[in-house]
Amino acid sequence: MSIMFKGKKPSRRAFLKGALATSAGALSGGAALAAGEKVITEVQPWNSELGDGVDAMPYGQPSEFEAHVKRRTVEWLTADPVSSINFTPLHELDGILTPNGLAFERHHGGTAHIDPKEHRLMINGLVERQLVFTMDDLMRFPRENHVYFLECAANSGMEWRGAQLNGCQFTHGMIHNVMYTGVKLRTLLEEAGVKPSGKWLLAEGADSSGMTRSIPMEKALDDCLVAFKMNGEALRPEQGYPVRLVVPGWEGNMWVKWLRRLEVGDQPWHHREETSKYTDLLENGQARRFTWEMDAKSVITNPSPQAPLTHKKGPTVLTGLAWSGRGTIPRVDVTIDGGITWHKARISGPSLDKSMHRFYFEFDWDGKPLLLQSRAHDSTGYVQPTKDQLRKHRGVNSIYHNNGIQTWAIDAEGNAENVEIS
Amino acid sequence: MSKFLKAFLVASMLASPALAAGKYGLGRVATADEVKAWDIDVRPDGVGLPKGKGTVEEGEELFVDNCASCHGDFGEGVDRWPVLSGGHGSLTDERPVKTIGSYWPYASTLFDYIRRAMPFGAAQTLEADEIYAITAYLLNMNDVVDDDFELSDENFKTIKLENEANFFMDDRAEKELKEFVEEPCMSACKAKVEITKRAVIVDVTPEEGGEVGGSLD
Repeated sequence: MSIMFKGKKPSRRAFLKGALATSAGALSGGAALAAGEKVITEVQPWNSELGDGVDAMPYGQPSEFEAHVKRRTVEWLTADPVSSINFTPLHELDGILTPNGLAFERHHGGTAHIDPKEHRLMINGLVERQLVFTMDDLMRFPRENHVYFLECAANSGMEWRGAQLNGCQFTHGMIHNVMYTGVKLRTLLEEAGVKPSGKWLLAEGADSSGMTRSIPMEKALDDCLVAFKMNGEALRPEQGYPVRLVVPGWEGNMWVKWLRRLEVGDQPWHHREETSKYTDLLENGQARRFTWEMDAKSVITNPSPQAPLTHKKGPTVLTGLAWSGRGTIPRVDVTIDGGITWHKARISGPSLDKSMHRFYFEFDWDGKPLLLQSRAHDSTGYVQPTKDQLRKHRGVNSIYHNNGIQTWAIDAEGNAENVEIS
Repeated sequence: MSKFLKAFLVASMLASPALAAGKYGLGRVATADEVKAWDIDVRPDGVGLPKGKGTVEEGEELFVDNCASCHGDFGEGVDRWPVLSGGHGSLTDERPVKTIGSYWPYASTLFDYIRRAMPFGAAQTLEADEIYAITAYLLNMNDVVDDDFELSDENFKTIKLENEANFFMDDRAEKELKEFVEEPCMSACKAKVEITKRAVIVDVTPEEGGEVGGSLD
């Protein structure tokens, strides 16, 4: 037994520690175990050497040991990485807020990088005054702060025909939940003065896809925001810097990024993203359009295929997320036996309108295989349906709005797989 | 201020609303040229169409030069780029082919989308006549117009796409909600459970490097 000393002479404390380890080893005869873990019994470099100075990282980054926590794409989903999507690593997160750098990206013409000094927001069409605002102008209107989830209508869209992707990042990761700071859209529209015939709003982006969506005036005047901050800091470029539209509870495609124009009209525009795309083809060949609202949904984020149970049997924490485009989530049910018995999960953290909710269910795992599901109830009384219930109404070709109950099968080793059950 | 003067001021503000300020008086009035530059959207009723015209023949050449590298010479789609033609009658098939001809409800959407977003990577570089020509060619490719057709702002509204009537307003609230608000079973809900579908069999999760068809774009 030897102890390395970095100082000039052995300290009393280090001497005692060495003596203790030696005697403990002698007593038990199992030197390694009895001696204890080296991270405790030996002085580690970070215990002794100086760390980084304050400005080593002027904009803070996660620990190097968290490098695996990142957005990831599924290459075969789209033709190229510019008009594409990646996914939030839900299984690595807790609480309800998504860190800005991990919020999933979906763009149709790539991330535009716009100098805020060069950005303008125009309001035109059926208004008393067609106006142009600079970013400085926008900052002079009264602001509000709200936490909202943004879910792509295609989230879980690959799972209509059956279990396909192994990981909640891929099955449910087209969602993020952040606090927005912005001006009420209503305030800006009132500044321009909407004419009585103005029943619809066209929101348009400044990126090379010129993204447009038609929004009914009732929603525009209700709770939409023109936001420039997320989680307190400027929007990230991939989230529409310098300014984006926030359409609470409604499908993410409508939350136009790099927002440059709002046109007031008397009828919808029926543009590409509300006809060719983001319409829900049913089994009979007919298609629903303007399926704006996001139905209540939940998913168990841990354990899940990318986050297996590594500790074997004993005390186990199950956790997940639930949300609804119609309100709050007062209740989440969880089953660990494939739906024979359900338990009410514990919701922890703020319960906010049209925001993610975090739930937990702690149980004593007996080490046998499990079938895990969660079921969200929203404040309107809506109960998250099974995938088969949805298929009965919609068939399997509607791509969008798949809010069916997700199942993870856990085997005796603790590995998780995306499955469907009877 | 006298009542008369107040009434006069209100009357003059109403008469020239463009000059009246909003509650905060922030921003400035957009110029006519600015609105014209950005207001490029087109609606099914033809509102927003610029003056212009183009033939199927002109469109074919423009399509080959500007569009075919992704969409294919006949709109069949290269790799996973969008398929633009074909798919007629496929919407009830196991694998529907949703194209301009088989799925899109309005021709105006095509004009608007080309005008604002195409060609991919060189958006808003085409002239109005070129957009009319490419739109005409795509309509021809989808058997909507004849080979000698010339599309213009004047005849645009005569173009109808066959699938228009198959779109209807979201009816989830009426069709689904009743079933999805029932108090669910909490115990002894079923006698046994079996796994019916498994992701490992499909094997397309990125780590596995699977390659399958399908597109969300």
